Amino acid sequence: MFDQQSSKTPKIAIRNLYKIFGTSPETMVDLAKSGMAKPEMLKQHQHVLGLDDINIDMMAGEITVIMGLSGSGKSTLIRHLNRLIEPTDGQVLLDGEDVTQLSASGLQQLRHKKMSMVFQKFALLPHRTVLENAALGPIVRGEPAGPAKENAKRWLERVGLAGYEANYPHQLSGGMQQRVGIARALCSEAEIMLMDEAFSALDPIIRTDMQSLLLELQEELHKTIIFITHDLDEALRLADHLVVLKDGRVVQQGEPQGIILNPEDAYIETFVGDINRARVLRVRSIQSSDPAPAGSETISATATLEDAIERAKGNPDVIFSVSEGNSTQGSLNMRHVFKSLVPRRPSEETN
Amino acid sequence: MTDYSGTIDALGLREWCDGGVEAGGPMTMEQLLNATNGTATDDKGFLSTPFPSLDVLHNACGAIPRTRDMTAGIEDLFLAVKAPLKAVLDPITQPLSWALDGALAGILALPWMVTIPLIMLLVFYATRSLKTTFMVFGGLLVLSLIDHYTYAMQTLAIIMVCTVISVLFGIPIGIAMSRSDRLQRVSLPILDLLQTLPTFVYLIPLIFLFSVTEAKLYGIAIILYAIVPVIRLTDLGIRLVDKDVLEAVDSFGMSSRQRLMGVEIPLAMPNIMAGVNQTIMMSLAMVVIASLVSAPGLGTLVLRGINKLELGVGLVAGLGIVILAILLDRVTKTAMARVNRSMES
Repeated sequence: MFDQQSSKTPKIAIRNLYKIFGTSPETMVDLAKSGMAKPEMLKQHQHVLGLDDINIDMMAGEITVIMGLSGSGKSTLIRHLNRLIEPTDGQVLLDGEDVTQLSASGLQQLRHKKMSMVFQKFALLPHRTVLENAALGPIVRGEPAGPAKENAKRWLERVGLAGYEANYPHQLSGGMQQRVGIARALCSEAEIMLMDEAFSALDPIIRTDMQSLLLELQEELHKTIIFITHDLDEALRLADHLVVLKDGRVVQQGEPQGIILNPEDAYIETFVGDINRARVLRVRSIQSSDPAPAGSETISATATLEDAIERAKGNPDVIFSVSEGNSTQGSLNMRHVFKSLVPRRPSEETN
Repeated sequence: MTDYSGTIDALGLREWCDGGVEAGGPMTMEQLLNATNGTATDDKGFLSTPFPSLDVLHNACGAIPRTRDMTAGIEDLFLAVKAPLKAVLDPITQPLSWALDGALAGILALPWMVTIPLIMLLVFYATRSLKTTFMVFGGLLVLSLIDHYTYAMQTLAIIMVCTVISVLFGIPIGIAMSRSDRLQRVSLPILDLLQTLPTFVYLIPLIFLFSVTEAKLYGIAIILYAIVPVIRLTDLGIRLVDKDVLEAVDSFGMSSRQRLMGVEIPLAMPNIMAGVNQTIMMSLAMVVIASLVSAPGLGTLVLRGINKLELGVGLVAGLGIVILAILLDRVTKTAMARVNRSMES
């Protein structure tokens, strides 16, 4: 993970970011920096430590997922990127420029051109049509309405809402409203998309559809997406880079497969204990570099373990040869596959 | 009457009391009665000791002023500030007189066969409802048939002028209040005062300031009373706009002006319209009271009914006011519903 990150410069780099809520947050920064945690600060000083020394690198063209339970500070964190919330201390560097130091007009430029946002509760304008909602970004920038609406129409088509342009948001179902929300974000042509629990208010099946739509769009657009969620399955499905937050602190971050296989603390172990590992883990994460015996069947490195078990028909003695692109990379022993399906118990570590 | 003399002596205030100039002025009614009946009020027993009010204490100690002196003081104060206040307020409020006089003269200068179709056209434009339009026609027909046409038109003209001015000032004040919690904290008690003050009490300082023949006298009274709901509901409406929507438009970089005109006011419109409806109804209520200070219209007939005990005149005029009230309420509510509908679908 770190090798991969140091090789590229991040699109957005969050550096030592603190956010404290209360009557005089500035006076609490030093305490937070000296390591005081959220519960102590609340008890002793009646200030809420919202974000505690956050450092994250977000790469261009990747989906960075920030995951945590409610109250972990994830929604607070994403609002610092476009400064819907002002930080108490620290930096948010966008292409090396500190967002927290931007003037009012600089901030407006940033929101106009560089970042768009999708919200959990859709937050569409109820008195405007779907088309006008989708064209919000260009219209706010003062661009002529004609071309803006043409463009918005194309994006509505792209998210599967052709024919609904003249409707009003309340006439649409939740999933369709969020498609408008996504079209609105895409139509502003910003390179960065912030998605705050964008799919959390939707039914499970529609949520899966929306995730597929997002991945499909990402395949073609390569936006820098910051996605907030409390749902681990969703996080694992979408994430290129996964950040786990707890009590305003980053507990672990990195490539999602790595986090599942090597959880760094008990909190993450309980978190990842319940997921369907066969469906989430990929062959690449389990394979060994030993060459496979001659004549063994090949399997793609990006296949899930579920695929592998199906291919092997449940036989633990099978060994596959793993292919990545056109070359063969190593082998996959089905015994390792079955072993990796059993999560490490949180208690085993401590005993 | 010397109940508290002992107390004053005990407190050692006798010298201060007698040193004070004895306040002159006429006798109180009590003193007069005592003087004529020649009865002593002493030795009535402890239970009949009067409450130590200013008047009672004055009897025991001349230096303590009577209540009468206080009200006279307020009057003197008011008279003292009257001239400068009038010098400032008179020119500012003069356009109100012009507007009211102009509207009254204008609506009566038009022949009825022009005015009534004009009103119906206006109603239809606002409501797009034939039913409401013909209801208005029926109401006007009844009022005209019983020779109340002129009075009703005068009342209508005053209400229209006062409502327009209330809205023109009320909506910006309401917006400012929704922006600033401090302004809201300061304004709410004033609005409460304006709404709870008995309507007659309004008129007292205004009569002092302006001559009763001026239209702005009742104009100001009506506006002060009727502007409250439109301010309150504009403030409330804007504060109730969905915070998620505001956050979303902020995230797309909307300027505060775009936000106000494009999002906040449109989304607060149902509440603002409800405020305008209330303002119209309260103007109507106040225009009747304002007939006491020479406001023309149906209220003068009600006043005549009271003053001269002309029961029939007063009751019929009252009924006319009810008809007018129903028409105004129906028209504004239908128009409101139409605007809300067109915003949603």
